[in-house]
Amino acid sequence: MKAKVNITLKNGVLDPQGKAIEHALLSLGFTGIDNVRQGKVIEIELDEDNAEKAQADIKNMCEKLLANTVIENYDIELLG
Amino acid sequence: MKSAVILFPGTNRENDAIKAIEQASGKRPEIIWHGDNDLPDVDLIVIPGGFSYGDYLRCGSMAAKSPIMRAVITRANNGVAILGICNGFQILTESGLLPGALMRNSSLKFICKRTNLLVENADTSFTNQYKLNEIINVAVAHHDGNYFADDETLNRLEGEGQVVFRYSDIDGNVNDETCLNGSQRNIAGIINDKGNVMGMMPHPENAINNLYGGSDGCGLFNSIMEAI
Amino acid sequence: MSIDNVKITPEMIADHGISDGEYKILLEIMGREPTFCELSIFSVMWSEHCSYKSSRFWLKQLPTEGKQVIQGPGENAGVVDIGDGQAIVFKIESHNHPSFIEPYQGAATGVGGIMRDIFTMGARPIANLNALRFGDPSHPKTKHLLSGVVAGIGDYGNCMGVPTVGGETNFDKAYNGNILVNAMTVGLAKTDKIFYSKASGIGNPVVYVGSKTGRDGIHGATMASAEFDDNSDEKRPTVQVGDPFAEKLLLEACLELMAGDSIISIQDMGAAGLTSSSVEMADKGAVGIELWLDKVPMREEGMQPFELMLSESQERMLMVLKPGREAEAKAIFDKWQLDFAVIGTVTDTRHLTLKWHGDVVGNIPVLPLVEASPMYEREWQKTPKENKLDNDATTAPESIMADLVKLMGSADLSSRRWIWEQYDHLIMGETIIEPGGDAALIRIPDSKKGLAMSVDCTPRYVVADPKTGGMQAVAECWRNITATGAKPLALTNNMNFANPERPIIMGQFVGSIKGMSKAAIALDFPVVSGNVSLYNETKGEGILPTPVIGGIGIIDDISKAVTIPFKKSGEEILIIGETTGWMGRSIYMRDILGLELGAPPPVDLEEEKKNGEFIRDAIDKGLISASHDIADGGILVALAEMSISSNIGASIMLHRDQVEPHAYLFGEDQGRYIITTDDSDALLGLAAITHVHIAKFGKTGGDGLHISGGETISLAAIRETYEGWMPDFMAYN
Repeated sequence: MKAKVNITLKNGVLDPQGKAIEHALLSLGFTGIDNVRQGKVIEIELDEDNAEKAQADIKNMCEKLLANTVIENYDIELLG
Repeated sequence: MKSAVILFPGTNRENDAIKAIEQASGKRPEIIWHGDNDLPDVDLIVIPGGFSYGDYLRCGSMAAKSPIMRAVITRANNGVAILGICNGFQILTESGLLPGALMRNSSLKFICKRTNLLVENADTSFTNQYKLNEIINVAVAHHDGNYFADDETLNRLEGEGQVVFRYSDIDGNVNDETCLNGSQRNIAGIINDKGNVMGMMPHPENAINNLYGGSDGCGLFNSIMEAI
Repeated sequence: MSIDNVKITPEMIADHGISDGEYKILLEIMGREPTFCELSIFSVMWSEHCSYKSSRFWLKQLPTEGKQVIQGPGENAGVVDIGDGQAIVFKIESHNHPSFIEPYQGAATGVGGIMRDIFTMGARPIANLNALRFGDPSHPKTKHLLSGVVAGIGDYGNCMGVPTVGGETNFDKAYNGNILVNAMTVGLAKTDKIFYSKASGIGNPVVYVGSKTGRDGIHGATMASAEFDDNSDEKRPTVQVGDPFAEKLLLEACLELMAGDSIISIQDMGAAGLTSSSVEMADKGAVGIELWLDKVPMREEGMQPFELMLSESQERMLMVLKPGREAEAKAIFDKWQLDFAVIGTVTDTRHLTLKWHGDVVGNIPVLPLVEASPMYEREWQKTPKENKLDNDATTAPESIMADLVKLMGSADLSSRRWIWEQYDHLIMGETIIEPGGDAALIRIPDSKKGLAMSVDCTPRYVVADPKTGGMQAVAECWRNITATGAKPLALTNNMNFANPERPIIMGQFVGSIKGMSKAAIALDFPVVSGNVSLYNETKGEGILPTPVIGGIGIIDDISKAVTIPFKKSGEEILIIGETTGWMGRSIYMRDILGLELGAPPPVDLEEEKKNGEFIRDAIDKGLISASHDIADGGILVALAEMSISSNIGASIMLHRDQVEPHAYLFGEDQGRYIITTDDSDALLGLAAITHVHIAKFGKTGGDGLHISGGETISLAAIRETYEGWMPDFMAYN
């Protein structure tokens, strides 16, 4: 089973990288843009076939290492 | 005083820290490898600057989960003095020994420059040789030193005197202009509520010689000698 | 079917950059048609980058000897004795083309490559410098390239824990299509622990260590020697990606292994990877090497022998170990979590033999591969001499101070703080003179000795008169080191030129070499290492000839070292060296008057030496409190830099002699220094004995620059423009 973890900064945490991207987009002439936020995507292949179990494993990984919950949110996508 | 310096494979300011400790204490610290599970019996543990395991996920994130950090956390809970400088500070926040997180500098660039720091608490094991509100000049050298914590945490840190250093100008003014990396409330260094774990982004270990770099960092290492 | 079984076609030969004449030699050497893998090996070994085919003939003329020299050109880096059983190992190297295509990775891997050259020899890198050239600031690519290059250099060096302490950065439209990224690393070793690449001991294991091999930069070495066309943007896939963390591990692991005695020889895998490293080791040792390519640690699936031979994956080393020491070495690399594999053996065949799962896929005699590599004495044409510019042809400015402010805020003379604050220049805790000084100065750990370093070149002089420009680059580097009080010891050069197949360009190369040689001999400043980068040309537009000089020097007592900033008010300011008001090719002419005319300032090597020795002697005697070499922008710019860095102003007096004030203040006569002292009598006395030109110029003090009986400008006004240009330029627009 393959899983995809999306890690994003929590609302309220200033995102200087997102801001820089927003600025660059505006300077390239893209208008009507707001609130650009940058995050990361981590893909993981698991031996586990049980979706519930996989979800729990990944959640544990997120809490322990993949995300810093002081500043980051995460969501888990199981890709079957 | 017996001390230990933790060495991760990507640590690169260990010799700077070792020199500073040796100069203050007359004794060379023991160097402890990241893969070790145990620490010798020491009074001070220093986690120096660098890039621990390459700092690829988040600075200090993987180091915080290393075997040696489990031992460091145990010692911290037993009251042993722990000092994290730069990457060491990042590791301490990632391991939960200190609150908050260190994010990418607001300029998005690595910053290496000398800066002034306002000493806000001169009553700690790490700062007793400074005067309250003294201005010291030390260098920073980091890409991710932008301190973040939620307002509640920040208020608590300030209320309990846990903010030890703030980025300031030479007159002690603390404002957006003197905040070189975007840190909330100009925070450059904090201490835990028990007063035995301190983290700071600036490098006092690079300011220990009057001939170059100034000697404002000596106070920090002398403070530790005094306290222990 | 493996690509090694395919028939070699004329298209393949052309694709490999091998000329018909070269292919004939190849056939003679092999006595048969080459395999694809062999063809690839010839291609990279005979590329300009690896064979120096256009430049070798002339490089041989450089002076490379001196009693301080332990190892001159020909190894990974030069080695210089600094006494007390210690040696400095250093070299400069270009990564121009890759940095243009992908500035961040190109610059980063350039820094990584040069650091490997240094620690391959057993030295711990203790300082990095760089020389950068970008196109016109208004060119659409310039900001992006500058930003990427600086970040790449910074991230690599910062992670390695090696301070980046100095460099130079300039802009000119001639670099619009070809930027220059020259990186220099300086390392410290023990004189009895220098490692070389010469393989020996038939049957000894050939060992691969470091990162795994992927398909990075295949044909990078040939790319680095081919002229650009409009499709350069599409060459991205061949750019290598650097991993500074892996290199940090490799550095520590290698130094740990080197502390023992199990290594016979070691060579880093740089351009042309496994090919050039194995050929070099075999050639130096007059032995053969057999490689079992299937044993190479691989990062990607389905890699072919030729890809393994050509890959420029970074952070890898090849070494020959003493027999039976593999386990001991492997333990060290395991500890640092790096790959370690025995991939071959030393043989007595003097052939490079390549095997793939037991089958021979390549078998090339090493000696002819190296020695029969083409060497061209390319046709060259001397750059016509220009006449000395008559100062009457230059108009005196309305306001000298207004022009000073313009110059101090210009692209070339403004502060480089925006750049060097992105480099960790303080790590190791030994940095005495930080970026922004004449030369950088660091302490040699656990000693009183200081190591001064500088990189210099003035291309606008070189293009006008290559020989004078070559001399000037050497002299200015020597002068910058001298200005701190250090004695210059040796240099490394990075010859950046356009297409050598054009006689005028080859003439620039030849002239520069001649000038450099003359200056290096006169100043006892031998060349111990170097690099050549040719074909810096796009669609017929070549770069300015840019022979960059990187030098090192030693001061025995760092407490005596002198820096640029004024130390206190009320001190006397003096000018050492003769000022004739030489305006030809000056920054003032170019940036204020918009004219690039006349002969560049001549370099009088006897004067240079005399003045430098005077400065060093006076610094040693404690007579000089601040010193600065007078270079781009002349006396007034040098004075302004001293003032801004100390926040102490100055009042100056102009002597109404035959030199026009603006020519006196902005002219670029060579061999000069501006200094301060609180004992001018002693200095004047010393100068009289040694017949050195010395002139009282003014006094320090105040909060501005003031010309007696003339204009005044505040330091704040100069600082604003000086510090403002680059941050404004690089800000979002």
